[in-house]
Amino acid sequence: MTSTTTDIRSSEGGLRSWLERYPFLPALVIVVALLALNGVFSPNSLSFRSLTGLFSTYMALIMLAIAQTYVVSAGDIDLSAGATLSLVNVAIVILMERWGGGAGAVLLALALGVLIGLACGLVNGIVVAALRLQAIVATFATSIFFTGLALYVMPVAGTPAPALFWRTYGGRLLSVPFVFYVLVALAVLLFLLSRTRIVTELLAVGDDQQAAYQTGLPVVATRIKGYLLCGLFSALAAFCLTGDTASGDPLVGGKMTLYSIAAVVLGGSALAGGWTTVVGSLLGALTIGLVNSLVFFMGTPSEWQNFVQGLAILLVLMAGVLAGRRARA
Amino acid sequence: MRSVALFLKQPLVVALVLIVALLYLGESLSPGFASADQILRLLIVASLLGIVAAGQNVVILGGREGIDLSVGGVVSLSAIIAGNVMNGADSGILPAVLACLLAGAFFGLLNGLGITLLRIPPLVMTLGMLGVLQGLLVVIRNGIPSGRAAPGLSAFVTQPLVLGVPGIIWLWIAIGVFMAFMLNRTVFGHRIYAIGSNEHAAYMAGVPVRLMRIGLFMISGMFAAIAGLCLLGYSGSSFANVGEQYMLSSIIAVVFGGTSLAGGKGGYTGTMAGALLLVILQGILTTVNIDESGRQMVFGATLLLLMLFYGRGRAMRA
Repeated sequence: MTSTTTDIRSSEGGLRSWLERYPFLPALVIVVALLALNGVFSPNSLSFRSLTGLFSTYMALIMLAIAQTYVVSAGDIDLSAGATLSLVNVAIVILMERWGGGAGAVLLALALGVLIGLACGLVNGIVVAALRLQAIVATFATSIFFTGLALYVMPVAGTPAPALFWRTYGGRLLSVPFVFYVLVALAVLLFLLSRTRIVTELLAVGDDQQAAYQTGLPVVATRIKGYLLCGLFSALAAFCLTGDTASGDPLVGGKMTLYSIAAVVLGGSALAGGWTTVVGSLLGALTIGLVNSLVFFMGTPSEWQNFVQGLAILLVLMAGVLAGRRARA
Repeated sequence: MRSVALFLKQPLVVALVLIVALLYLGESLSPGFASADQILRLLIVASLLGIVAAGQNVVILGGREGIDLSVGGVVSLSAIIAGNVMNGADSGILPAVLACLLAGAFFGLLNGLGITLLRIPPLVMTLGMLGVLQGLLVVIRNGIPSGRAAPGLSAFVTQPLVLGVPGIIWLWIAIGVFMAFMLNRTVFGHRIYAIGSNEHAAYMAGVPVRLMRIGLFMISGMFAAIAGLCLLGYSGSSFANVGEQYMLSSIIAVVFGGTSLAGGKGGYTGTMAGALLLVILQGILTTVNIDESGRQMVFGATLLLLMLFYGRGRAMRA
């Protein structure tokens, strides 16, 4: 997904036009560099097995970062994405357990999980777009509400997910790890979405709301659709997280919200809206994962790990913003 | 009649009316809620939030999507620095205050430099800084014990000082007077509104926009540091991430005080009422006998409801 406006300068050629067509390039460079560094410090970390592990652990953050990207496209933000993830996580675990943990129960619970995610997105959309509250504070309020709901569904963490569910997620199908099917399905879904008008409309609203309104775009409806997509992908993130942790935890997503925003910026999207890239957000989430594992493989003393991670992420965030601006300039 | 309607729409008036209504509600739900002692206790808690919100307020007033997500990290860091510097001795209070202010100003300076020189959006810069601060907390906590508050500091925060009112509430009132004076009567204050409502025009008029903005983030860091220090006095010793709760609630207090997140409009008096409102609401929810899930749901829903009273965005017009 690139900018909605075609710039005359794009014909100049060279690096800038590449950046304009593929705004996630800087993020890709960073991911490749981090992979190489991981390989230097621990050759084993580049094995197929380790990479599978990386994807199964960070697939939830990837999904959540993509969820965030759709609202950011329209110039909005969702501080409740993590709480939505928590709510879907505990809801599907409880439902699967209550319905016996068979294949039918799992699928039905997942279907309901999607509906819950969409419902959360709808609430956010109505509150922010229709009632015109400020997105940052309003979605913070809804995040408190969703967290309350999650605590109501499961007051304490620890209820296990049925074995069928996490064995499938962590296992292999036709000798290929299941998580790669998830990745392919995600790619197809993102491709199909990029062919629809909704993404273009979101970017148009994010680029200039007034102009979008004056060209006849239903601005309110479009922003609500952005939040619906965010709710949908937050639910998918919850599925991946449940597959990875194999249990329910009503507070699990709280810390992930800020990481999802960081991943969006790392990927090269502009938080102001109008210029976003879902591929970049995917790479941004991977960047966070790779920074974490690199800090570990470098043999950083355990008490320094959080600090070095924080510093490294701040530096790549800055690099992401600077590179993204160069592309848009 | 028109002027009465306008008066009632003032954010400060809205907040004060809501505060009285909530106190009444609290008193009827649990008798003694609005007693003098309880109100003083609520004021102490509100002053901690209000001091953080003072810094958040100037950053938001300065516009250009100004926001400081790192305040929570600075509060925690300052609490642990203060605990270690004073370590239970009154003679350590002054050095602790200086060390905390220095730390707050330093991280504010870093935020400001990133935001002005590199033009990183404030949300991104301060979010990244929050990660760094949280990492730093782990480092410090592993190296040294968390330290204790000096008795003098604890007394300042929790015991009556003058007219039966604890020192921290006087400090908060002083900060309120200082902020009102600075925002309304000084060149610096007027320039905050100027860069908040039209940065380019302010620049053309000769306002040192970058320097101003760096200053605002340093002020925010220092207010968060003062709050961290007082928080240590309130709780006796610092524990992990004590400041985290202030990150978003300081923003909500500013919004409930009628300051626009777009910048350039609002003031601190409203924010003080906003902080008080938020704390009373939380106080009522802890008094009422419902479990944590219900409490959170009611809190979230009430916040949304209250937001409807404040400046909503304008509807799109062709």
